[in-house]
Amino acid sequence: MNAFSPARLMAILRKEWLQMRRDPMTLRLTILLPIIQLVLFGYAINANPRHLPTALVSGDHSIYERDLITALANTRYFDIRNYATQAQADQAMRRGDVMFILDIPAGFGRRIDRGEHPQMLVDADASDPVAIGSATAALSSLTASVLRRDLPPNLQASAPPPAPFEVVLHERYNPEQITALNIVPGLIAVILTLSTLILTSVAITREREVGTLENLLAMPARPVEVALGKIIPYVGLAYVQIIMFLFASIFLFGVPIRGSLLLLLASLGIFITCNLSMGLIFSTLARTQMQAQQMAQFAFLPSMLLSGFLYPFDGMPRWAQVIGQCLPITHALRIVRGILLKGNGFSDIWPDIWPMMLFVLVVGAAAVRLYRRTLD
Amino acid sequence: MKPAAIDVDGLVKRFGTHTVIDGLSLRVDEGEVCGFLGGNGSGKTTTMRMLCGLLLPDDGGGTCLGLDLRNAAAQIRLQTGYMTQQFSFYRDLTVMENLEFVARLYEMPDRRSAIAAVVERMGLGPRTRQLAGELSGGWKQRMALAACVLHRPKLLLLDEPTAGVDARARRQFWDLIHDLAGEGMTVLVSTHYMDEAERCSRVVYLAGGKLVVQGTASEVIAAAHLVTFEAVGPDIERAATRLRREPGIEMAGVFGHALRVAGLDRQKLQEGIARLGDTPLRWQEVEPRLDDVFIHMLNLQKTDE
Repeated sequence: MNAFSPARLMAILRKEWLQMRRDPMTLRLTILLPIIQLVLFGYAINANPRHLPTALVSGDHSIYERDLITALANTRYFDIRNYATQAQADQAMRRGDVMFILDIPAGFGRRIDRGEHPQMLVDADASDPVAIGSATAALSSLTASVLRRDLPPNLQASAPPPAPFEVVLHERYNPEQITALNIVPGLIAVILTLSTLILTSVAITREREVGTLENLLAMPARPVEVALGKIIPYVGLAYVQIIMFLFASIFLFGVPIRGSLLLLLASLGIFITCNLSMGLIFSTLARTQMQAQQMAQFAFLPSMLLSGFLYPFDGMPRWAQVIGQCLPITHALRIVRGILLKGNGFSDIWPDIWPMMLFVLVVGAAAVRLYRRTLD
Repeated sequence: MKPAAIDVDGLVKRFGTHTVIDGLSLRVDEGEVCGFLGGNGSGKTTTMRMLCGLLLPDDGGGTCLGLDLRNAAAQIRLQTGYMTQQFSFYRDLTVMENLEFVARLYEMPDRRSAIAAVVERMGLGPRTRQLAGELSGGWKQRMALAACVLHRPKLLLLDEPTAGVDARARRQFWDLIHDLAGEGMTVLVSTHYMDEAERCSRVVYLAGGKLVVQGTASEVIAAAHLVTFEAVGPDIERAATRLRREPGIEMAGVFGHALRVAGLDRQKLQEGIARLGDTPLRWQEVEPRLDDVFIHMLNLQKTDE
């Protein structure tokens, strides 16, 4: 008997295809998943949110107040709503209806005219510091400049002279700081982890749990044919997801493809192989499908948190970065963002390619050994 | 002497520190229907898995269909059909899809005609479009048997094929087994049903991973040297309860209208019955049956443990 038979592999692939078709729910979910995630993460999650509800409690109706309000509104960070009293505004913040309260005291304009540097009190709901970070930054830079032209001439002269040099901040790749441009490419790597890691580990465990694996091996099917037969359909599915995802991110979010699409697909192939090796390991360790799923989710959590997908990689402590470096998704994220947003070529992404290859070598070899052992 | 389909010697299999098969030697002739008997955990399934190369023996060896157990497992598998205890085909595929899958795995050139023949033989015709998971127990077993014989194996290993199947389906299943044996197929079949054991040309009894006794049903009965008495009359249930506590009485049970007791020592058996005192029960010595012998063997095993 041949050690490997393409015909037998085809038989297993055909069977997998039939089973996939018979379970349209899972298939539909797998294909819908990227779209749903894309919409949720792309549209719903925004680390630089604008249009934050802002309460204005004003005891002053001067020209300064009106200009200040207009300037604030123009930043697009603040949506101003008027509240008659401080108490009402406080209640609104407690309920989460507003995130900022601007308190302009009575006589604000008059005191400015007199050069008394009156204070404008700003309360911010800091329970989500990320959400308000950019808005507060905009606010402080604003107050310095906005009122200058309204000041009476004597005060204009006494205003501090312009700084000797000007800092021009030029934000590259994503100058508008659109979170979606950062999140969306990264999401490809996250969704591939979900579909390839979780689905393969569960699929192989299912054959064992139901008892069909023993039967397969009592027939002429070889272990390698069984493993490949289970894995290849998911690779196919993963590429369907990638293509759909790229389409959606281009048309819905205007994500650019500045680098080579082929390079992207090829490097994602290595990433998929990483996940499949890990999935194979889980499937050999798990006794039940439920266990396999839990193991895969256990691995998925650090992938979300320590990879730089949700939080900046450089913001993490050293030990967390070390763990992050060991995760294939960390490198996949950099590759995807690099190729799509920066137009990176092969030499740029090589530092992230080889760690994934090493991962495949080490984990893949362990997976094959463990897989063989569990069959006995 | 007929050539042997299975000829193994001194098989040993351990899982961790637990020895499941402990020096098992077994010979099954070609074309024989051999009943594989023994309590739960006696090593029947493990033996079958070693015979079809799913497990490697830790010690011992031998041949299956003339092929070496250790070196030719793949070739053995090609000529062997193994039906697992649990239904292990795809429940989400139809009967036909399952059979096609098996035929493709064996790379059969004449797939279509082979499937048509086996469907016809097993009477699966009206069920081919049904999902395997929706079949009743009897039909599931029949489909599994069809899948196991599709590639025309020379040896069939059936692990408790009729567990949980109704009497009529069991009888039909055994008729199929005998049909296959009539065509020269060798069958090793494990079972807990004594009526099935009696339909085997030979039975092998396993306990603690060792072969305890083998032969035709009557040889096995004779080898046990069991003495059996039967009584009819009133209050046999109460008498059975009392007799079970008597020394030397290994088994006392009610079967229909009759109370049956069995033991190895005729004198102790008679003394036990005498201690029942003056009862209207009418006693007579009868021929032991296969199930008396197996309960006796299970009891022996228990006292060993």
